[in-house]
Amino acid sequence: MITKEDVDHVALLGRLELTEEEREMYTRQLNDILGHFQALERLNTEDVQPTAHVLPLKNVYREDWVGQHLSREEVLANGPDVEENCFKVPKIV
Amino acid sequence: MQLFRLTAHELHDLLVKKEISAEELNLAVFTRVEAVDDRVKAYVTMTKERALEQARSVDRQIKNGDKISPLAGIPVAIKDNMCIDGVRTTACSKILANFVPPYSATVVKRLDGAGATMLGKTNCDEFAMGSSTENSAFFVTRNPWDTERVPGGSSGGSAAVIAAGEAICSLGSDTGGSIRLPASFCGVVGLKPTYGAVSRYGLIAFASSLDQIGPFTRDVTDCAAMLNVICGHDPLDSTSASYNMPDYTGFLKNDVRGLKVGVPREYMAEGINPGVREVIEEALARLETLGAHVEYTTLPHTEYALSTYYLIAPAEASSNLARYDGVRYGYRAENADDVIDMFMKTRSEGFGSEVKRRIMLGTYALSAGYYDAYYLKALRVRTLIKQDFDRAFEKYDLLVSPVCPTTAFRIGEKTDDPLEMYLSDVCTISINLAGIPGMSIPCGFAQGMPVGLQLMGRHFDEGTLLRAAYTFEQNTDYHKAFPEL
Repeated sequence: MITKEDVDHVALLGRLELTEEEREMYTRQLNDILGHFQALERLNTEDVQPTAHVLPLKNVYREDWVGQHLSREEVLANGPDVEENCFKVPKIV
Repeated sequence: MQLFRLTAHELHDLLVKKEISAEELNLAVFTRVEAVDDRVKAYVTMTKERALEQARSVDRQIKNGDKISPLAGIPVAIKDNMCIDGVRTTACSKILANFVPPYSATVVKRLDGAGATMLGKTNCDEFAMGSSTENSAFFVTRNPWDTERVPGGSSGGSAAVIAAGEAICSLGSDTGGSIRLPASFCGVVGLKPTYGAVSRYGLIAFASSLDQIGPFTRDVTDCAAMLNVICGHDPLDSTSASYNMPDYTGFLKNDVRGLKVGVPREYMAEGINPGVREVIEEALARLETLGAHVEYTTLPHTEYALSTYYLIAPAEASSNLARYDGVRYGYRAENADDVIDMFMKTRSEGFGSEVKRRIMLGTYALSAGYYDAYYLKALRVRTLIKQDFDRAFEKYDLLVSPVCPTTAFRIGEKTDDPLEMYLSDVCTISINLAGIPGMSIPCGFAQGMPVGLQLMGRHFDEGTLLRAAYTFEQNTDYHKAFPEL
């Protein structure tokens, strides 16, 4: 059973600020959805290996040399607030 | 001649014979967009100048006597979750409404390289989360067969433009059925390739272990031509597979004799609309008449797929969407007290309701105390679902089913009940969990709306899907139907 306090905690972890209406809606909907998912408990998966990915994966690295990459201007072009070649944000502490 | 009604291969022939020019073709499609898109609402951004410039370049090649590729000059639309250098790319979210990427997705570069012209970006569910294209932050796209109904989702815009004649080919992305469901609802061909066959570089990520880009086309021949361009290994994408890519047009043979086809009973179970069932049974009978050996089989863990998917996909989404914080790109909320407050306000104002729901669900499934019970459990059940397919493909060359238990539903009919909406994906999501290819082809009509036949194959065996789909298409006329608009 998911309570409004659980929803508040999850919203904080997900960096979401909920209105009272959203709090109530998500409490109800998460209970419905996760209630439906209880069906998974019927399966015994003790000896089953998890599948996170269907392909064997290797990280893709580039050589450590200076190449043609995005310029500073291109990187900053989409920044909502930019000053002196840096992204500007409100105070941190 | 209504050029917008033709296929890419028919148009290619006309271009090569110099009966039309690429510029003329592109202008004809733009005229069609101007005539019908106020009713369909499929495009969020048009790139007319870019398209016409590309078309003129193709015309110069033809004039010079150069050989052109099968997609040269062909008008293509791109789902708005794939980056095009210098073109607004939003994933149909308020949080990315002003984002202009400084690079193009690999699929876009490959289409550019093949000479395809880019008409514009198509509407989709926000961050590709949805089954109806009602979750776009901008507007709802309508089904060209009945504008009171949804086109399916999340690539609804990319399917609708093909059905409405507003593009000749398009690209969508499929995380749990987002190509096949709109293809089925709009009566066009849609293919989700094997996971890893198409580069995801430049695709705005939803669920990284499930997302795959694929084509929408009017017929199977065009689908093969699109695959030839977009498939293949990409060193920029760690989820891209290295494999020997065939020429997919080589599989276009009118012959299914001896093909062993399994029909999963679980996909034809109760809940399927009687009209849809009838159309699918007729399609199965047709395949049998054409020489395929068709029999019912079982995928016993199907009933767990929906729960598994709706734990794994939101978990991955909650992680992928953590990057939207208002610092480096996208929307930023005003009047924040400090940086955490800015993150919270930005995300709360920038994301829509479905996206927030999935972030909540995914964060919950990954949080301390619930990780083992939900997320890890779902990964283990994913293994069982994949093993069901492995076993089935030991016996069958192909599995066949409906794409959806219903035809396109009415706009607003399911928006208040997310669980009901998620059930639209019941026949499609297992394919993404297993990473196999899945395709929807038009196979008839129920209550006047298109029905799609889903074909599923072994990993990297798109060829068998194309062969069966081509044979079905050569012996039916459903792909030639065109909606009145």
